[in-house]
Amino acid sequence: MAMTIRVDIVSAEGAIHSGPATMVYATADMGEVGIAPRHTAFISRLKPGDVRVETENGEQEHFYISGGMLEVQPSVVTVLADTAVRAHDLDEAAALDAKRRAEDALAGHTAEFEYAKAQTELAEAVAQLRAIEKLRKMKRG
Amino acid sequence: MAGAKEIRTKIASIKSTQKITKAMQMVAASKMRKAQDRMSASRPYAEKMLQVISHLAQATPEYRHSFMAEERPRKRVGYIVVSSDRGLCGGLNSNLFRRLIAEIKEQREAGVEPVFCTIGTKALGFFKRFGGDVKAQSTHLGDKPHVEDLIGTVKVMLDAFESGEIDAIYVASNEFVNTMTQSPVIRQLVPLVPGEKQDSMPYHWDYIYEPDAKTVLDALLTRYIESLVYQSVVENTACEQAARMVAMKAASDNAGNLIGELQLVYNKARQAAITQEISEIVSGAAAV
Repeated sequence: MAMTIRVDIVSAEGAIHSGPATMVYATADMGEVGIAPRHTAFISRLKPGDVRVETENGEQEHFYISGGMLEVQPSVVTVLADTAVRAHDLDEAAALDAKRRAEDALAGHTAEFEYAKAQTELAEAVAQLRAIEKLRKMKRG
Repeated sequence: MAGAKEIRTKIASIKSTQKITKAMQMVAASKMRKAQDRMSASRPYAEKMLQVISHLAQATPEYRHSFMAEERPRKRVGYIVVSSDRGLCGGLNSNLFRRLIAEIKEQREAGVEPVFCTIGTKALGFFKRFGGDVKAQSTHLGDKPHVEDLIGTVKVMLDAFESGEIDAIYVASNEFVNTMTQSPVIRQLVPLVPGEKQDSMPYHWDYIYEPDAKTVLDALLTRYIESLVYQSVVENTACEQAARMVAMKAASDNAGNLIGELQLVYNKARQAAITQEISEIVSGAAAV
């Protein structure tokens, strides 16, 4: 029987693949790497691309990942996959966007916010009505 | 019979409300199960990451990332507040906000000024009323939250931490205890709380790094923190559905009770009307 290495591909949103393999290929930051069983401990960032897993019966399985980390220990390979394409400027844009949304919402321009406000006002009005009704009942009773 | 008709329409309206609450209860039950699955699915990622991070921290003691540094004196702290987008889920959000208000008061008394990032519409609405420095927000994550929707919000906080604007980051969310119980918790995110020492290395070994330990550790830490926030969000979704299920069950039960009571009143009114009619006819016949 051929020597195998366990491969776990996980992302923050769930496990993608797990099982034995005879060889794993991935696109690391500094070029493509091939990991055979008993590879020495190794860690690298991954570029967006294919992760190929060669199973015991010679089949190849492909997984596309949009970047992440690769961790190798002699008996196990772990791919920590990102769920989105990550780049410094993309992250920066996302951060700016989140900030802008907060400013907009607090300035009170967005429709969703008006809705939330209206809802709280409605809840207050309903509570007032209920109180009035109770008072009336008490007077009558 | 004027009263009877009114009661009948009221019963019909309560019945349709009950149908809605029953449907919501069932939808929430199935969504809760899915959310719980998602909760457990995201765990291996974070666990694996923590393993690698603690190894890296031990293997490269000369490089300390600011997230792992010692506590610094606190002047301002950041809270990432995780809430639901929709209401009708019992006291889930208000319990969290109450807990948060107590915490904020405590911090202010100690001379620490809080800033906030909100996730979910309810938290945003709360800070609009309550007042607070909201740095960033994301809403409408839906039932299946994605990590990419959180990247921006988390980054705003992490940037603020690295630039020294804030000295610690907390995440406030609901913890899923069981279907009936959800408890609000506030956890410290950054600086990382050192867990119990993992297996201290019996013999020294180290990774081969590409490109180098620092780059790898930086990338890992950001992702780790994002995954922690993501976990809180997913857990909060599960809490939301559980709370909604319980609230809707209570509402359906109440509607059932109300219908029962009204039915009784209606029957009495109907009976009285019939009795009155008969006595009118009988007395009319007797008079002739």
